[in-house]
Amino acid sequence: MSATAAVRLLDSVSVGDELPELVYPVTATTVVLGALAARDWRPMHHDKDFAVNRNGTRDIFLNTPNLAAWFERFITDWSGPYGRLQRVTFRMLGSIFPGDTMVFHGVITDTGVDESGCGWAAIDISVSVDGDAKTTCTARVALPRTADDNPWDRRGDRWLP
Amino acid sequence: MSAIGEADIDGMIGVEQYEEEGEFPVERGYVWTTCASVENGNPLFWDDEVADLVTGGPIAPPTMVSVWFRPHHWAPGRTSQGLPLQVHFDLKEGLGLPEAVMSDNTIVFHEPVRPGDRLVTRQILRSVSDEKTTKLGTGRFWVIDVEYHNQRRDLVAVESYTGFGYRRAEIDGSGARS
Repeated sequence: MSATAAVRLLDSVSVGDELPELVYPVTATTVVLGALAARDWRPMHHDKDFAVNRNGTRDIFLNTPNLAAWFERFITDWSGPYGRLQRVTFRMLGSIFPGDTMVFHGVITDTGVDESGCGWAAIDISVSVDGDAKTTCTARVALPRTADDNPWDRRGDRWLP
Repeated sequence: MSAIGEADIDGMIGVEQYEEEGEFPVERGYVWTTCASVENGNPLFWDDEVADLVTGGPIAPPTMVSVWFRPHHWAPGRTSQGLPLQVHFDLKEGLGLPEAVMSDNTIVFHEPVRPGDRLVTRQILRSVSDEKTTKLGTGRFWVIDVEYHNQRRDLVAVESYTGFGYRRAEIDGSGARS
C-alpha cells in the first residue's frame, strides 16, 4: 500500500481561524526529557536544588529549544506533514515549571502567496499558564495550494522563507 | 578578551566568526527522543513511507537545528565547556557588561536537515546599539546571526538572537533585582 498523508490546503485557511488548542500538564519528566533531548545539560533544567538556590526560580523549568519543539508540534498537528515551517520568532516572557498546565493557543493572522508561487499562512501563538502568557511565537508555515503542490519540493529561488 | 571600542565593533559587524562543525552527524535517535519529549506524532519523523513521499526521505524536525551543535557534556581531553554563542560572550566581556538576557530568537528555515548530515555553523554580529537604559539596567542591544550549512554547503537555517548586555540598575527599596 502506498503511503498517504493528510493535506491542509492554503485555500482552506482564513484569517482568524484558530488552531485546535493544546493543553498539556507539565511534570518534572517533561522538563528533564525535553532538556536532554535538546542536549541542554544546564542544571536549572534537571536539578531543582540548583534552580531554586542558584537561579532563584521555584523549580526546574522548560528550556527554550524544547519550547521550540513544542511550538513546531502544535503547528504541524494542525498543518499536517505537508506544512513546512518557514520562520518562527519567539519572545520569552516567563518560565514553565512542573505542575503547570501549558495551554497553546494559535490564530491565523495572514495568508498569502510569495513571488515564487509558494503559499503560506502566518500564525500568532502563545503558550500560557493560568492565563499568563509565558512565551509568544509568530510563525509562518508554507502550505500546499493544490493537491499536487508540495512545499517540501521547493529549494533555491523557489523557497523564499 | 580585552575591552571593545567603537572601532572594534564596526570591524566586527558582518564578519563570519567561530566556524565550527558539529561534534556528531545528525541522527535519528535524537529526532525520536525530541519528538517523544513533545509527543510529536508527525509521520514525517516516524513513518519512512510518508517521509519518502513528502520529503524524499527522513528529515529532522526543523526546530532541532541548534541541537546538533550543543557540545557533549564531557569529551576526552576537554578542559572547559564550549560556549554555543561565543560572540555574545565576547561582547559581554569586551563591553564590560556582566549581565545579559536574550529577548528574541528568530529561526528561518531553508534546506531540510537529514540524518547523516554534518552541519557547520558560524556566527555573524549584525548590529550593536548605542547605550540604552531599560528596567534591567543600562547596556546595549545586539543582534547575532548563526548560520547553519550542511556538508554540501547548502544553507539550512539562520538563527537571529537579540541580546541585551547590561549593568544592573540600583537595587530598589523593595529589594527586587532591577
